Amino acid sequence: MSTAEGVADERLASSSVLRRLLVRPELGALIGAVVVFVFFAVLSPTFRSPAGIANWLDPASTLGIMAVAVALLMIGGEFDLSAGVLTGTTGLAVTIIATRFGLNVWLAVAISLVLALVVGLFNGLLVVRTGLPSFIVTLGSYLVLQGLNLGVTKVLTGNVLVGGLVGRHGFSSAHLVFSSSVVLGGTYFKVSIVWWLVLTALATVVLLRTRFGNWVFAVGGDQVAARNVGVPAARTKVLLFLTTATAAWLVGTITALRNTSAQADAGVGDELTFIVAAVIGGCLLTGGFGSAIGATFGALIFGMTSVGIVYAGWDADWYKLFLGAMLLLAVFANRLVRRYAERRRG
Amino acid sequence: MSDHDGGPERSDVPEVPVQATPGVSGGGAPLLAVESVSKYFGSVIALSEVSTSARAGEVTCVLGDNGAGKSTFIKMLAGVHRPDRGGIWLDGTRVEFGSPREALDAGIATVYQDLAVVPLMSVWRNFFLGAEPRRRFGPVSLFDVAAARRITREQLAAMGIDVRDTDQPVGTLSGGERQAVAIARAVYFGARVLILDEPTSALGVKQAGVVLRYIAAARDRGLAVVFITHNPHHAYPIGDRFLLLNRGRSMGDFGKDEIDQAELTRLMAGGAELEELAHELARTDGAAPPDSGARASRLLAEDADELGRE
Repeated sequence: MSTAEGVADERLASSSVLRRLLVRPELGALIGAVVVFVFFAVLSPTFRSPAGIANWLDPASTLGIMAVAVALLMIGGEFDLSAGVLTGTTGLAVTIIATRFGLNVWLAVAISLVLALVVGLFNGLLVVRTGLPSFIVTLGSYLVLQGLNLGVTKVLTGNVLVGGLVGRHGFSSAHLVFSSSVVLGGTYFKVSIVWWLVLTALATVVLLRTRFGNWVFAVGGDQVAARNVGVPAARTKVLLFLTTATAAWLVGTITALRNTSAQADAGVGDELTFIVAAVIGGCLLTGGFGSAIGATFGALIFGMTSVGIVYAGWDADWYKLFLGAMLLLAVFANRLVRRYAERRRG
Repeated sequence: MSDHDGGPERSDVPEVPVQATPGVSGGGAPLLAVESVSKYFGSVIALSEVSTSARAGEVTCVLGDNGAGKSTFIKMLAGVHRPDRGGIWLDGTRVEFGSPREALDAGIATVYQDLAVVPLMSVWRNFFLGAEPRRRFGPVSLFDVAAARRITREQLAAMGIDVRDTDQPVGTLSGGERQAVAIARAVYFGARVLILDEPTSALGVKQAGVVLRYIAAARDRGLAVVFITHNPHHAYPIGDRFLLLNRGRSMGDFGKDEIDQAELTRLMAGGAELEELAHELARTDGAAPPDSGARASRLLAEDADELGRE
């Protein structure tokens, strides 16, 4: 028996500063964002001008709102493939209810939120009750919603584009809240940027400084262990699905009010972009690790690239190629970092 | 996968006639008394008529080979399974747990071999997982991270564990340290009965010794410890009571004065079966000197010891 051995043998080597920095999930995305910014800022003076910045912050904001919510869900160990098409569903709901049924825009926005929460609840309950992979469950609801968006829109309006929000009751005040612009130093910034920054801060506080945040990491990291110590795993996951649904509602509403119309195929394909932004931001596909700020940096990279390519005078067709390369790079970097951080000692 | 949140209906449990609290005779009432519990899974008898007890400040060891029913036994104490027959008494009161949470609330904490912690989460996040301290800031209540870090460091230090950086992921700790974190956690959250599921089996000799010291520390803080193991060398030095299981049946429930280490080891190693095997092997060895049977027997007994050590 070796109980006489000193406890000193069990001591841990203290982590180096570098190691502690590297285990931050958002570090890779931060570096990536800086590199992309410098790259396009050198190429194009417009890109680094205030108007240019406002221009690329705009697509980054709506993507960022979704990426942050999707990141929370991925840290909780699940996917939501229906999140993209749900932004279309909610936008269509606002537009159709306000224009075809003549309800106040605010009421239409509220009903749209209820619809989104029903979809989120459906996804969440189906995943936790059946134990099926959320990838499959939400792939199913993605296709269902895609079909509904087209089918219902055509039946109700006979068209795939629903317009005419302008001038409806409550439109101007709703437009002010969701889709107006804020003047800052003579430049117009979209108000969605404010929503994005506020939600990133909120998600970060929830994740790192609340009990719920601790549960999110736990159910994504090891659901059985979490349950064994009394974490309500099912409730935590359902709440995360409701969060992505709420984010989809916000983005759908912002987009519909901004365009004063909604398209039946809106949001299709965006779900993968959200996941890519979250992964670039340091989220592990296996769950239990990631950050909201990282997802925001991931969205920023997307926004800067999509606008920067145009400013640099290149064909926008190259955008997807760039994103694919970014994703692969991020996944490799994340894996290296995680291996380094997790390397067991003793 | 069974859903731990749910648990079977209460009506599934057959009525057991009211009886006096078992195990009360001598030395004061045990904190935890298990009386004639049986558990069936369909036609499989996982556990049959098993009894033992655990006192505050003492260690009860549950020994058995693979498939002996050890895990079924602890899962009943932990509230995962309900006994089909017999019952569990805590502080002289009959208890029935519908979920692990209920067992935990009653003061029975279980530290599973692998399932106690989330590897990617930091030590302090794991320590308070499911019982996060909170502080109100105006209308919102936030996870009191500063207190969590401080208490984690203090509690680990009180158990003789020096984790300088509680921010590191639990996955980077050694197996013994992970067990220690889980034990310290259970102690801090007011567990009165601590169930340890094979805490030493995956560890090397040195690490196992360290974990045994943590078990002693928990015992000295007044907990009743139920220590599940298949290694008599780990059990005997620390145990006060020994329950031996074999194929779902109790081979005896001994106080420390009723059994010595040699006998415990012999029972664990399969006793008679092993001696028979030794004779068999000795007969095949024709060229060996006359005392070869005894030698082979001794060597096999040593092998059995080694096996017990994994």
